[in-house]
Amino acid sequence: MNALADQLLVLSLLVNFIVLGTSRLAFSVRAVALQGVVLGVLPALIHPFSWHLVAIIIGMLLAKGLVIPWMIMNAIRQAEIRREIEPFIGFIPSLVLGALFTALAFVFASKLPLAPEHEGLLFVPASMATIMCGFLILMARRKAISQVIGYLVMENGIFIFGLILADAMPLMVEAGALLDLLVGVFVMGIVMNHISREFSSLDTSRLTALRED
Amino acid sequence: MHSDVLRDPAVLVLIAILVTAFSGVPGLLIRGGATGQRLATLGAVIAAFLGLHSAISLLLAKTTTTFVIAWNLPFDACEIGLDPLSLFFLIPIFIVFLCGSLYANGYWPASSHRSSEPALTFFYGLLAAGMGLVVVARNGVLFLMAWEIMALAGYFLMVIEHDKEEVRRAGTVYLVAAHIGAAALFVFFSLLRLHCSSFLFPGQGGLHIVAAPATALFIAALIGFGSKAGLMPLHIWLPSAHANAPSHVSAMLSGVMLKMGIYGLLRFFSFIADRPLWWGVVLAVAGLVSAFLGICLAASQRDIKRLLAYSSIENIGIIATGIGVAMIGQATGNPRLALLGMVGALLHILNHSLFKPLLFFCAGSIIHGTGTRELDRMGGLGKRMRWSALLTLGGAIAISGLPPFNGFVSELFLYLGFFGEARANLPYVVLGAPVLALVGGVALITFVKLYGATFLGNPRSQQAAHCHEAPLSMLAPMGTLLGLCLLGGIFPQLLLPLASPLLATLTPVVSGTASQPLPLGWITMAGVAILGLAALLAFSLRHRVSALPKATATTWGCGYLRPSGRMEYTGTAFSEILTSLMSGIVRTRVAKAAISGYAPPPAAFCYAPEETILERLLLPLFDIVGIGFAFCRRLQHGQAHIYVLYIFATLLLLMLWIH
Repeated sequence: MNALADQLLVLSLLVNFIVLGTSRLAFSVRAVALQGVVLGVLPALIHPFSWHLVAIIIGMLLAKGLVIPWMIMNAIRQAEIRREIEPFIGFIPSLVLGALFTALAFVFASKLPLAPEHEGLLFVPASMATIMCGFLILMARRKAISQVIGYLVMENGIFIFGLILADAMPLMVEAGALLDLLVGVFVMGIVMNHISREFSSLDTSRLTALRED
Repeated sequence: MHSDVLRDPAVLVLIAILVTAFSGVPGLLIRGGATGQRLATLGAVIAAFLGLHSAISLLLAKTTTTFVIAWNLPFDACEIGLDPLSLFFLIPIFIVFLCGSLYANGYWPASSHRSSEPALTFFYGLLAAGMGLVVVARNGVLFLMAWEIMALAGYFLMVIEHDKEEVRRAGTVYLVAAHIGAAALFVFFSLLRLHCSSFLFPGQGGLHIVAAPATALFIAALIGFGSKAGLMPLHIWLPSAHANAPSHVSAMLSGVMLKMGIYGLLRFFSFIADRPLWWGVVLAVAGLVSAFLGICLAASQRDIKRLLAYSSIENIGIIATGIGVAMIGQATGNPRLALLGMVGALLHILNHSLFKPLLFFCAGSIIHGTGTRELDRMGGLGKRMRWSALLTLGGAIAISGLPPFNGFVSELFLYLGFFGEARANLPYVVLGAPVLALVGGVALITFVKLYGATFLGNPRSQQAAHCHEAPLSMLAPMGTLLGLCLLGGIFPQLLLPLASPLLATLTPVVSGTASQPLPLGWITMAGVAILGLAALLAFSLRHRVSALPKATATTWGCGYLRPSGRMEYTGTAFSEILTSLMSGIVRTRVAKAAISGYAPPPAAFCYAPEETILERLLLPLFDIVGIGFAFCRRLQHGQAHIYVLYIFATLLLLMLWIH
């Protein structure tokens, strides 16, 4: 089972690189949806069966794989933006940095004082790497939609970490993560809506009027 | 079993603090009408009687009670203690809270201040409860929390009229000063935590530390507590804050909140058994400087509440002097000097918390009656506001340190200490006496000015001519306070037992068996004699006047045939000589047009005393600091991506740091 889980985690790491390396927004949304589906299946592999688990997994698959991507796709369609042009950090440098961070995450995770049953698993480094890639996307991209995607990737990283936390899969952790995600997407949705209405553009670098002078 | 708990006076004191805190809550929920304010007043009455009765009985019994409250915070046990030092400071809190709550019914009634009254009443209770919590806290973190509640409640009370620019400005200065002081207290409690390895306060004399850390603690305490107490030059927030708050709030701030700084200092000194001599010297000198500068600045003010605020600085200076003198006595092994200094300081704490609220209430009723704070626009109020005039006169005599009121008693002890106890090893102590005498003299000028410019002569403005007397709900608490002042002045024997239980903690050199040859009997006799003499004089004057033929003329007519109010001496004119003598200390801004020619055109004259330290020193300093920190502004550029980068860089650094 663990071997399968590790393979899925590697898959989700690869998805990070897809998101980092592409300029087409629709493609990255689909990639993140795929990552959500992969991660949604993971709990089923590492935890014993229960109805409660089934409910959580179905909820997660729906939210991460369907509802949120669908909402972002809608936003893309409405704003008529296809591509991320002129990012702050280019796509090739982003990929290099992403690889560097992933490597660093593995180095760091091996030095963490983990519980013996978690040592040697991919969960911790994968979670670190995904969080850092999310950060990278947040920093590197200009469009608000890309930032939502970065946020989703980061949430996925946090979710992976949550997986190892709980043997009994406490509802609170899961529900908390999902709720967080939804709130984040809503906030971003509102922000996007307002940016595009006020500035007729989704370029967040124009949002500097609120700073103190 | 429950009834047993409720009969424990220590529990009753804590209940009283709780009732105080929640006294304003019903008013927040009940909209419209005066019900909320009435309920709050009822709560204040209950809390004050419960609290005062229990606190005084505990204090007289010299008991110490400790409670440990279960909390889930990682800052050691939440300990609450009632020892004589705490109980002593609870007394003014409850007295002033009670009087202020009663006074508010006439001064800030719900009927005419519909929108601001609930908030004001709520924060008034919260401020009093915060101060109560400050004095009972025995854990550094709990103390800081209570300190912050007190500071913030004070802020919200102060800016209740926040539609005025001046009030907002005063509030901001207060908030900045309060938090600079609080920052010093964070340093103080962190250092204390370092030495005690616990946030719990060390017991009496429980802190044994050597020179350098002790000095650091002392300086942090002096800045933190001194800025709350308003010692010069940390007083900058005080005048404008007290002047712009509603009067019953000023009474609470000046009468009680300043004393919290003094409490903090005393509490800190009680930790340390061997206090160096120079601490006492520093405190005594700082106290004398504050007293002198404070009263000189007070004398030059033209805003009645600003005048009272500066006089608070003077009184805090006198209290600090007393504590400093007591510490000198303690360090040099002179029990009588220690006794006189500490008793003088403690009694002055009580006394000042009686007459200063009284005077602020008087100022409130004057403002209520005339609608102005300018002394120079008043005059002649005594004819229409007889009771306020009488009460102000009593308060002014008390604060000038004259018999038969209580201000005299505490200052007398300090004089006795300065004159009687200057021994060969410390001859300089005697130098305190002339300074104190000078302070007393200027105080007298100040309060003659306050009373004379307000109540005597003829009205100088329409507002003054149409003033009206305050309602009974305002006069009754003022009368109560004046009665207490008189009682304390004639029978200091009654107040002394409240102060003496603290001596064992604060000045251990005064052993319990040492006889207390304080001239209390003489004070009583002198007070009674003065009252008798005054009554006799009044009676004989009235008798003689009634026999003489009557002629009517305006007061201070100066020989003019038809003098007008504008020709009278103003309060500013009265203090002008003193102000010009003190021009090195008191800076004034005078704007006047040059008068030339035989028929000069109409000219205007404007006179305003300056906040020298704030305007000449601190604001320019802040400007320089602002320029110095301009590079920090560059970090704040509004680019969301770069903010994320900051977070990310911090995270990476933390991860690297772990290795």
